[in-house]
Amino acid sequence: MEEFLQQLTNGLAVGGIYALIALGYTMVYGVLKLINFAHGDLFTIGSYLGLTLLTSMALVDRLGPVAGIAVLVLMVMGLVALVGALLERVAYRPLRHSPRLSAVVSALGASIFFSNALMLIYGARFQVYPQGILPKTAIDLFGLYVPLVRVLMLGTSVVMMIALYTFIQKTKIGTAIRAAAIDQDAARLMGIDVNRVILMVFLIGPALGGAAGLMVGLHYGQINFTMGWVYGLKAFTAAILGGIGNIPGAMVGGILLGVIEALGAAYLSVAWKDAIAFGVLIFILIVRPTGLLGERVAEKV
Amino acid sequence: MIWSRFLTYGLIAAALAACPLFLNPYWTDVLNSIGLYAALGLSLNLIVGHAGLFNLGHAAFYAVGAYTAAILNTHFHIPILMLMPLCGLTAGLFALLIARPIIHLRGDYLCIVTIGVGEIVRIALINNVFGITGGANGIFGISRPNLFGWVIRQPHEFFYLIWAFVALTIFFFHRLENSRFGRALNYLREDETAAEGSGIDTAHYKLMAFVLGAAWAGMVGNIYAAKMTIIAPESFSFWESVVMFTLIILGGSGSIPGVLLGAFLIVGLPEVFRGFTNARMMVFGAAMIAMMIFRTGGILPARPRRYRLPEQYVGEEGA
Repeated sequence: MEEFLQQLTNGLAVGGIYALIALGYTMVYGVLKLINFAHGDLFTIGSYLGLTLLTSMALVDRLGPVAGIAVLVLMVMGLVALVGALLERVAYRPLRHSPRLSAVVSALGASIFFSNALMLIYGARFQVYPQGILPKTAIDLFGLYVPLVRVLMLGTSVVMMIALYTFIQKTKIGTAIRAAAIDQDAARLMGIDVNRVILMVFLIGPALGGAAGLMVGLHYGQINFTMGWVYGLKAFTAAILGGIGNIPGAMVGGILLGVIEALGAAYLSVAWKDAIAFGVLIFILIVRPTGLLGERVAEKV
Repeated sequence: MIWSRFLTYGLIAAALAACPLFLNPYWTDVLNSIGLYAALGLSLNLIVGHAGLFNLGHAAFYAVGAYTAAILNTHFHIPILMLMPLCGLTAGLFALLIARPIIHLRGDYLCIVTIGVGEIVRIALINNVFGITGGANGIFGISRPNLFGWVIRQPHEFFYLIWAFVALTIFFFHRLENSRFGRALNYLREDETAAEGSGIDTAHYKLMAFVLGAAWAGMVGNIYAAKMTIIAPESFSFWESVVMFTLIILGGSGSIPGVLLGAFLIVGLPEVFRGFTNARMMVFGAAMIAMMIFRTGGILPARPRRYRLPEQYVGEEGA
């Protein structure tokens, strides 16, 4: 039982990360119907930028751990959002009216570009986050010791997700994003600036992905220029699991996938951990292609 | 008209056949890789370019072929090239098994499932599934191909084997393009609803295209195993699938000369720029984006096909 709960908390923490990345996928897919293959690399950029800012500016020494990390998160989110907006402008906007395949290839090209640029800048080896930034204490939760980092990770993810959900549901821009996701042309006729909506999506999604990258760096301590690929694919799986284009779906899917994976690794096999996630993906697509929270849409003819 | 075309192809073939005489083993080997990717690209082209199915997991079927050849060759000492039909068959059956339940999925979903399948196959190979794939180290000690007593060892010998196979591949897919099957696929890609309305069993044709393309990739896997004598899971990673996919889109999806040109560019150019080892992949990524923006259909896009009715059916209504 204790083993189970231990794995469950781990799964929840990792699931929070998947959910944060999945939000970027799901928003882009919702509005543009494009799988942004470079999104996983934006996540990696977040973790590398976080490392650079952390070590070069000595944020934690100057501001203390709480304020230091908070400032770091904001800086990373802002910078990765800029990269995301640039990506949209350069690689996707010119292709908006081209065949689907072209945009997919452009996304793959962007992914190759980003990961190799990171390799050129930082080198191919693993980079290590400085240790001891976050206190290594554990919280006693009814006899279950949960590392503080995990609680913080899940907590931050959940706060960000709730903030995003409120933003999408309550604000004017959020309404515009939802409208553009349903029908771009109709949204344009209603006076919505679709270009601005898409820009917003490419600011918010990458910002959340970058924050997730930073958290992975802080939690695991080691980052590599290729890691975005696996995280990206898992997050995309999470987005499909929950119903792509659906924001609460991405949250549920991410957390669910994290838990399934952690329990699968504990009780089935660690070596097959990644295969379990993809197995879930295939299974979901066969039995319920629109995901858990997705609605069945009639195919347009 | 037709003779000038034969002359052009003949000259290209002759020029290519003379290549190993002038090139050192290294560059001959680069041409061999190009040949393998050209054959893989043509096989994937049937799925992506003709049937319009996004498949980003083609390396999985290539892997099934290569591993079938390697396992049977190392355990039972069957001459490797004799296993080629069997490699095609196993890869094709595997594809049938996989594609059957997923073939109806919409483009992007199919794309993501094939990525998942590719990853699962790779993980299975690393984990030494059934205890026969040799785990992360792969399988080594595959015997050299032996063609009627001629043992193929050197790059220039492989060159003729590989490019003969490429020629066969071109011939096969060219004939297929102009067959009833090829025309049905063409129609299906242009407008699925209309195709279905005019009585084409779209699910069946899609499935057949997927299986046939996968089976052909399995045969290329056999040649790859024979050439390398060692195979390992990393050779069948997602990036292999990406390379196959991009060379089609970049060269011109649905067009045989386009795919060949794509193979030369995608596999050949990075070799030419090997001096700039680190930056070349970054430039490659940027080039992919630029290419899509400035020439969406690829360098040599497929020409729209025109079908002409035989004389006796034309003009009967006095049109």
